[in-house]
Amino acid sequence: MQAFISEYGSQILEKSGQHLYISAIALVLGILVAVPAGIALTRADKMASPIINVVSALQTIPSLALLTLMLPIFGIGRTPAIIALFIYSLLPILRNTYLGMSNVNDEYRDVAKGMGMSNVQSILQVELPIALPTIMAGIHLSAIYVISWATLASYIGAGGLGDLIFSGLYNYQPDLIFAGTIPVTIIALIVDFLLTKLEQKMTPKAFILEEKQQSSQIEQEEAQRRER
Amino acid sequence: MSGFIEFQNVAKVYNGSKVAVENVDLSFEKGEFICFIGTSGSGKTTLMRMINRMNTPTSGKVMVDNQDVANLNPVELRRRIGYVIQSIGLMPHMTIRENITLVQRLLKVDEATREQTANKMIDLVELPREMLDRYPFELSGGQQQRIGVVRALAADQDIILMDEPFGALDPITREALQDLIKNLQEKLGKTVVFVTHDMDEALKLASQLVVMSHGHVVQADTPENVLRHPANEFVEELIGEERLLQSKPDNTTVGEIMIPSAVTIHSDRSLSDAITMMKERRVDSLIVTNNDGILQGIVDIQNLNRMRSKASSVGDIMVDVPFVHETDYLKHTLQKILNLGLKVVPVVDKTQHVVGLLTRSSLVDLVYDTIWGTDMNADAADDAGALGSTAMKEV
Ligand SMILES: Nc1ncnc2c1ncn2[C@@H]1O[C@H](COP(=O)(O)OP(=O)(O)O)[C@@H](O)[C@H]1O
Ligand SMILES: [Mg+2]
Repeated sequence: MQAFISEYGSQILEKSGQHLYISAIALVLGILVAVPAGIALTRADKMASPIINVVSALQTIPSLALLTLMLPIFGIGRTPAIIALFIYSLLPILRNTYLGMSNVNDEYRDVAKGMGMSNVQSILQVELPIALPTIMAGIHLSAIYVISWATLASYIGAGGLGDLIFSGLYNYQPDLIFAGTIPVTIIALIVDFLLTKLEQKMTPKAFILEEKQQSSQIEQEEAQRRER
Repeated sequence: MSGFIEFQNVAKVYNGSKVAVENVDLSFEKGEFICFIGTSGSGKTTLMRMINRMNTPTSGKVMVDNQDVANLNPVELRRRIGYVIQSIGLMPHMTIRENITLVQRLLKVDEATREQTANKMIDLVELPREMLDRYPFELSGGQQQRIGVVRALAADQDIILMDEPFGALDPITREALQDLIKNLQEKLGKTVVFVTHDMDEALKLASQLVVMSHGHVVQADTPENVLRHPANEFVEELIGEERLLQSKPDNTTVGEIMIPSAVTIHSDRSLSDAITMMKERRVDSLIVTNNDGILQGIVDIQNLNRMRSKASSVGDIMVDVPFVHETDYLKHTLQKILNLGLKVVPVVDKTQHVVGLLTRSSLVDLVYDTIWGTDMNADAADDAGALGSTAMKEV
């Protein structure tokens, strides 16, 4: 173990850093584009279904194929990798934003408008907070996808933990494969954990309380059933 | 001249074909409590939402305070108008305090004032102040509805729109809230536009009633006038037979339903004159007045026949008769008249001049059977026997 860490430790750290960097940039870009786009789609309902279809189609392009497609346009390196990952991150965020926003009861939109909120105020103060749990779930999903797919970015010279895994595979060095896969798994778990926390933090308190109340009600009912 | 809220030849057509409202011309003064009443789908909500531009007329104009709302910034207009939607619509992610002070926040009212308002409003609907920190899901339906109502009052706007705000409430809470809103409206001089399909509610609250059917205004008037003169069968049906009948004795004065052409005779005329007059006018009793037309008594064919040999002038044989004033409310006199079993009751003005008469049969036609039922006949006959000889007095 000690030998393993002393041999690969610095490499793992460096590659992890690259990995996180690529993933984070791709994800942030994805959020910056997909959340506003998802909101915009709720205001232009006719466009929603064709656009979501197009983004879904992009999602179905095999990752290696997409990465390879990037090469002639952006060359090799980080940029094409980030762009490819960004494209993959779009769909879950876009779809969940659109869903979350359109699932906001029209009644609330109506009240917001009727009480004198501008369109932007209605979105920021009413619709987004109510839709936030759904949107966050989309971001969460995208983040996990992006972290695992970032492994493939190594193919087009973007670096990241994929470098360790692939050189391990090519050179029949199981050590190296582990030196890549274990950190990727750990990163994914940590990000998953952090995002779960963040989701809880960002979910309006009312919804958390309401859920608690409901689950305690269910528990009570079950307890009663068991007694009988 | 022009009203505070005005609809000028307004129509709304949805999707190019569905006519929701048509030919609407309405004008309301400031401080009125306006109730839109009608069956579901008659266009009440559509019309009301034009006032705060939640809805735009397809044609025609809506004026608020002499300004065409189409020329006003809709967001600013809405902040000037309180609004309670049909389904309450408390924001689920905001505390009750945040919900109540929502419009004030939009208007950038400072926090201290907002806090005051929140306390005042929750006191108003008699809920504990601790509830301000709760979320809507923690409140019962009735509590939520109360918050929904005060939320519309919190920013102290001059105009308040309420769309069936008390729909899902139990009768006791509803009544309490009706009283509350009516009191506030009267005290603060607010102009309230209130949509309901409950006639009791409308009659209780409204100072102006707008009856709607299939997108048309069928009648717009004070509740009293709508009750007294329903525009058509639809309005009658909406009001309900029971209320119509109750409303007659409630609001009608004796003067309105009396027969204005009482057959009268001066007290110094001879008995044969009286008989001739009875034959000519085909009546069996005459109201006796002095030369100034002031009520003296009554003669009928029976006592004329009986007394013919013993007297010479009408004044000698006339008997006293109960009378009523033309300004009396029917509700105060009707039952007594019927109970006395009198065939005719003279109606006088302030100076005791005879101005008309009520006949038992005309009253009976009006209400007798339906309101008091036929079992009153027996009582009425008894009373008539006992009271038949009462001295002349006002009923
Ligand atoms: N957004 C809409 N699109 C199409 N038709 C509508 C819309 N809103 C209301 N209507 C129709 O207009 C008529 C009047 O509706 P509404 O004003 O809501 O009636 P009320 O409030 O009296 O029940 C109804 O027939 C209703 O179906
Ligand atoms: Mg309605």
